[in-house]
Amino acid sequence: MADWDPSQPILEIEHLSISFFTRLREIPAVMDFSCTVMPGEAMGLVGESGCGKSTVALAVMRELGKTGRIVGGSIKFKGRDLTNMGDEELRHIRGSEIAMIYQEPMASLNPAMKIGAQLAEVPMIHSGMSKADAWALARQIVADVRLPDPDRIINAYPHQLSGGQQQRIVIAMALMAKPALLILDEPTTALDVTVEAGIVDLVKELGEKYGTSMLFISHNLGLVMDVCDRICVMYSGEAVETGNVEQVFDEMRHPYTQALFRSIPLPGADKNARPLISIPGNFPLPHERPPGCNFGPRCDYFQKGRCDATEVPMFPVPDSDRHETRCLRWQEIDWTAPPAKRAVKEKAPIGRVVLKMEDLKKYYAISSGAFGGGTKKVVKANETLSFEAHEGETLAIVGESGCGKSTFAKVLMGLETATSGSIMLFDENVQSTPIQKRNTDTVSQVQMVFQNPFDTLNPSMSVGRQIIRALEIFKFGKSDDERQQRMLELLDLVKLPRAFAERMPRQLSGGQKQRVGIARAFAGGAKVVVADEPVSALDVSVQAAVTDLLMDIQRENRTTLLFISHDLSIVRYLSDRVMVMYLGHVVEMGTTDQVFSPPYHPYTEALLSAVPIADTKVIRKRIVLEGDIPSAMNPPPGCPFQTRCRWKSQVPGGLCEREVPPVQVLEGGHQIKCHLSRKVLEEMEPVIKVAAE
Amino acid sequence: MLIFVARRVGLMILTAFVLTFVVFYLTNLPPNLEKLARSEGSVRMSDESVAAWIEQNGHGGSVLGRYGQWLGIVPGWSNVDEKGVARGRCFEAGSDPAIAPRFCGILQGDWGFSTFAKTEVLPYLGGMLASTGWLMLWVMIVMIPTSLVIGVVAGMREGTRTDRVLSTFSIATTATPEYVSGVILVALLASPVTGLSPLLAEWGWIDGKTLFQGASSPDNITFWSFTLPVLTIALYGIGYIARMTRASMTEVMTAQYIRTARLKGVSFRQVVMRHALRNALIAPFTVIMLQFPWLLNGVVIVETLFNYKGFGWTLVQAAGNNDINLLLGCSVVAVFVVLVTQLISDIGYVFLNPRIRLS
Repeated sequence: MADWDPSQPILEIEHLSISFFTRLREIPAVMDFSCTVMPGEAMGLVGESGCGKSTVALAVMRELGKTGRIVGGSIKFKGRDLTNMGDEELRHIRGSEIAMIYQEPMASLNPAMKIGAQLAEVPMIHSGMSKADAWALARQIVADVRLPDPDRIINAYPHQLSGGQQQRIVIAMALMAKPALLILDEPTTALDVTVEAGIVDLVKELGEKYGTSMLFISHNLGLVMDVCDRICVMYSGEAVETGNVEQVFDEMRHPYTQALFRSIPLPGADKNARPLISIPGNFPLPHERPPGCNFGPRCDYFQKGRCDATEVPMFPVPDSDRHETRCLRWQEIDWTAPPAKRAVKEKAPIGRVVLKMEDLKKYYAISSGAFGGGTKKVVKANETLSFEAHEGETLAIVGESGCGKSTFAKVLMGLETATSGSIMLFDENVQSTPIQKRNTDTVSQVQMVFQNPFDTLNPSMSVGRQIIRALEIFKFGKSDDERQQRMLELLDLVKLPRAFAERMPRQLSGGQKQRVGIARAFAGGAKVVVADEPVSALDVSVQAAVTDLLMDIQRENRTTLLFISHDLSIVRYLSDRVMVMYLGHVVEMGTTDQVFSPPYHPYTEALLSAVPIADTKVIRKRIVLEGDIPSAMNPPPGCPFQTRCRWKSQVPGGLCEREVPPVQVLEGGHQIKCHLSRKVLEEMEPVIKVAAE
Repeated sequence: MLIFVARRVGLMILTAFVLTFVVFYLTNLPPNLEKLARSEGSVRMSDESVAAWIEQNGHGGSVLGRYGQWLGIVPGWSNVDEKGVARGRCFEAGSDPAIAPRFCGILQGDWGFSTFAKTEVLPYLGGMLASTGWLMLWVMIVMIPTSLVIGVVAGMREGTRTDRVLSTFSIATTATPEYVSGVILVALLASPVTGLSPLLAEWGWIDGKTLFQGASSPDNITFWSFTLPVLTIALYGIGYIARMTRASMTEVMTAQYIRTARLKGVSFRQVVMRHALRNALIAPFTVIMLQFPWLLNGVVIVETLFNYKGFGWTLVQAAGNNDINLLLGCSVVAVFVVLVTQLISDIGYVFLNPRIRLS
C-alpha cells in the first residue's frame, strides 16, 4: 500500500464488463462501467432493479458466485487491480479495507452466533487481535453505532434484536476494521422510514468521523441526495449519467435521468393538476437489449437511424465537475423545456358515505411460551378506529410496520372479525361477518390489491383464467362467453394487451402482474378497494404508471380507494384524506393539506421529516426519532408515542405517561390525538419548505 | 420447559397404551391362543380341551380385561383346576393364593414367563438389550461421524466432483436394504469359498479361513467379529444421514450470513467450521435421533443374519415360537425407545437452535 497516495482515487473502475454464464448463453449484466471514488467521497449508484448496480458492488468484492465473471475492464482499489488478485490477497482486503453493508440485516447475521463473536471475528482475523481485546473493541463499536446497553447486545443473538438494531450491528461489523471503502447495498430498504432516518444519519456521521469512502447503492433518489456527494445513474447494465449530486439533480443531461425525476412524486405534484409522467414501455431483459442506446425504445428524444446505430460512449459535459452522460443528443435537447404531454385531469367529485367505521377494536390473544403455554397476552392491533370514507375518495392510511394498518385491512375484508365496534358498508353491518359468510355481492364490492404482485398470482394458471375465475366466484355473467368478453374488457381497463390473457404469470413483469391484480380486484365492479402498498414492490418508473392506472379507474368507476402505504410522497400525491396510525391508534386524520402542513401530531412531524425527498430545492427539518417502535405486545402506558416524542416536555405533569390523549378536533375537521395545547400546536413550524426560486 | 416436557410425557404414555394394546390384541387373537394351548398342553388336544385350557390359563374373558391384567391395573386371574390345584396369574401353581399379590402386570415389574426362553421375560430381555446396546453403540460410533463428515464435505462445495462422488455413495448405500448389504458383505468378506477370503488365505495373508467372522456374539467383541454387523447397519444410516446433512449444508452455504462471513475475510475453512457447521447440524440432529428406532428395525435383520443373540434376534424367536409374553415385552421396549428418542430430539433441537429457546 506504500505506493498509494491519498490524492489518488480510492476506487477506480474502468470499462468494467461483467457477464453471467448460464448453460444457454452469456448474459451481460454490466457493460463498460466506469466510476471513480475519491477518498472521503460518497458515491451513489442509482437505478431500477436489474440495472446491475448490485453486481458492480459485488464485483468490487469479487463475489460474483460461480456463474458470474468479469469479462473486461479493471477495478483498481488504492491503485491495485482487484480483478486479477489471488484468493489469499483478496481475503486480506475483504473486511479490513473494503467492507459491505447489506440489504437484509436479519439474513446477513449468523443466527447461531452471538453478536459479539461475529463482531470480534473481524479484528481477530485481520490484525491478529486477542479475543479479549476484540470483544472489548466490539463493545466500543456497538456503543459507537448508538445502540443502547452494549454489554447486553454483544451477548445477544441476532433474533433478539429489532430490524433497526440488526442493521446497526451490520454497520458496526463493517466498521470493526476501520475500512477505507464501505459498500452499502440498499442498507435501509428493509427498514421503516423513521428507523431509516436514524441509520442514514449514523452512516453519514461515521463516514465523516473515520473518513471512509462510500459506495452507496439505492433505488431511492432522495436517500442518495441525503447521503452522497456524487451520483451515478445506471440503466440496463450501463452507467448513463454521472456527476455530482447537485448537477445531476438540477441539470440532468440524460433523458433517463429526466424521465426518472418526472416519474417520482415530489412536493408540488398533484394527481389532477400535475400528474406524474411514467416512462413508457418496460425495462429490457439482459439478453434482449436493443441495438445502440439501451434507453432508446422508451426515450422521448429517440431518433431512428442515429440512436440505434452505434454503441453510445460517455460524453463529458464541459464546465462541470466530472459530469458525464451517455447520450448522443445531449447537446441538442432543450433540457429546460417543460414536459409536453402532461394531461391535466379533472378532479372526481366526492360522493356519499360508503364505508363507516365506529370505535373499531381488534385485539389478539397470544401466548408467549416457545412451545405454547406461558402467559397469555393481548395485542391491541387496532384501538378505537373511527372514520368515514366517501364514494370516489382516496383515503390514505399511513404508518410504519406494526402500526395496525394491515390488521385494519383484514378486518374490513372479513379475513378477521372485529373485537368490538362497527363497520357499516353501505347500509350493511359487516364487522362480525367473516368472509366465508358474506354474500357474493358484499365480497365483490370490497376487494383488495396486494403488496407483492409476485406471490399473489397463481403461477400455474394463465392470466385470463385467473380473472375469469374471479368473475365466476362473483357470479358475473350467464355464460362462459360473457365472462370471456368481460375478462378482455378488464384487460383493456388495466391497459394490458388482450393477448396477455393467454400468458402465464411468470412471463409478466412486476408492473404487469400488478395490473392483473388490479383487474382481478375490479372484476366484480368493486366499490371499495383496499390497496395494501400496491406499488412499494415495484420500480420507480413503473410505480407512476400503476398509480395513475388506479387513479383513472377510480375516476371512471367512482371507487372508494383505501390506500395503505408507508410512502408519504406517494400519499401526498394521490390521496384526498390521510389517516396516520401509530401502534394501533389513529394519531392524526384530516385532508391531505391539513396533515402535510402544521399543526402536526408529533409523530406525523417526525415521519414527514424522515422521508427523503429527491429535490435540491426542498429544505427539510431533520427530526430523528430515538429508538424503535415499541412492540404492540408491550405498548407504553399513556400515549403510545410518548417514548419517542420530542414534544413531551411541553405537556405539564407527565400527562403523556399516564393517559391516552383525547382526540382534538381543529378547524376543518382536522383530528389530532395529542395532549399538546392548541397554542403549542399552532406554533409548530412546517417540516418541508420549498426554497424560493 | 417443565410444562412442555410434562405434556410430551403425557402424550407418550397415551401413545404407549394405544400401541401396546394393539400388539396385545394381535398376539392374543383366538388362533394364536389355540396354537399356544397345543404347544403348551398337547398337540393332540381336542377342540373342547383346547377351549378349557385357554379358559383355565387365564386367556378367557374380554380382551380389555386381559390387557388390564397384563398391565397390572386389573386383579390377576385365579381359579382351581379339575385336579384341585389353585392356579393364577400372580402365583406358582399349587401355592397359596391368599399370600399372592392381587395385581401382577408390567407395572408391577412382572412381565410374565417366556415359553421360549423358559425364564422370566424381564431379566431375559434386559440381558438381550444389553447385548444389542453394545452393537448399537458401535454402530453410532461408526455411523454418526462418518455420515456427518461425508455430508458436510459434500455440501460445502455443491456441484463439485467431490460432492458428486460422495452423493452417489450415499444414495447407493441408503438404497440398499440391510438384508442385501449384509448378504453381500458376508459373501465378499466372510465366506471361505467366495469373495476375498479364499484369495487372502491362499496368499497366506490371513490365518483363518475367512477375513471377518460371519457370526458374532456379545461375549466376544472383537474387530473381526463386529465389523460386518456394525457395517451392515451403519451403511444404510450413513447414506441417509449424509444426504440430510448435505442438503442442510448446501442450504446454509448459500445463506446471506455465509456471504457476510466470506466478505469479512474469513477463510473458507473457518467459514465452514465456525459459521456453517452449527447451523447445518440442526436438521440432521433430528434425523439422527429418528435413526434410533430405525436401528431397532435393522437390528432384527442383522442379528438374525449374524446369529447375534440380542434384542432383534429375540424378537424374531418370540414371533416364530408364538411366545406372547416375550413378544409383548419386546413391543413395550420398542415403544419406549421410540418415544424417548423423540423427546430427546425435541429438547436437543431447542438447545442447538437459539431461536427456539425455551422461555
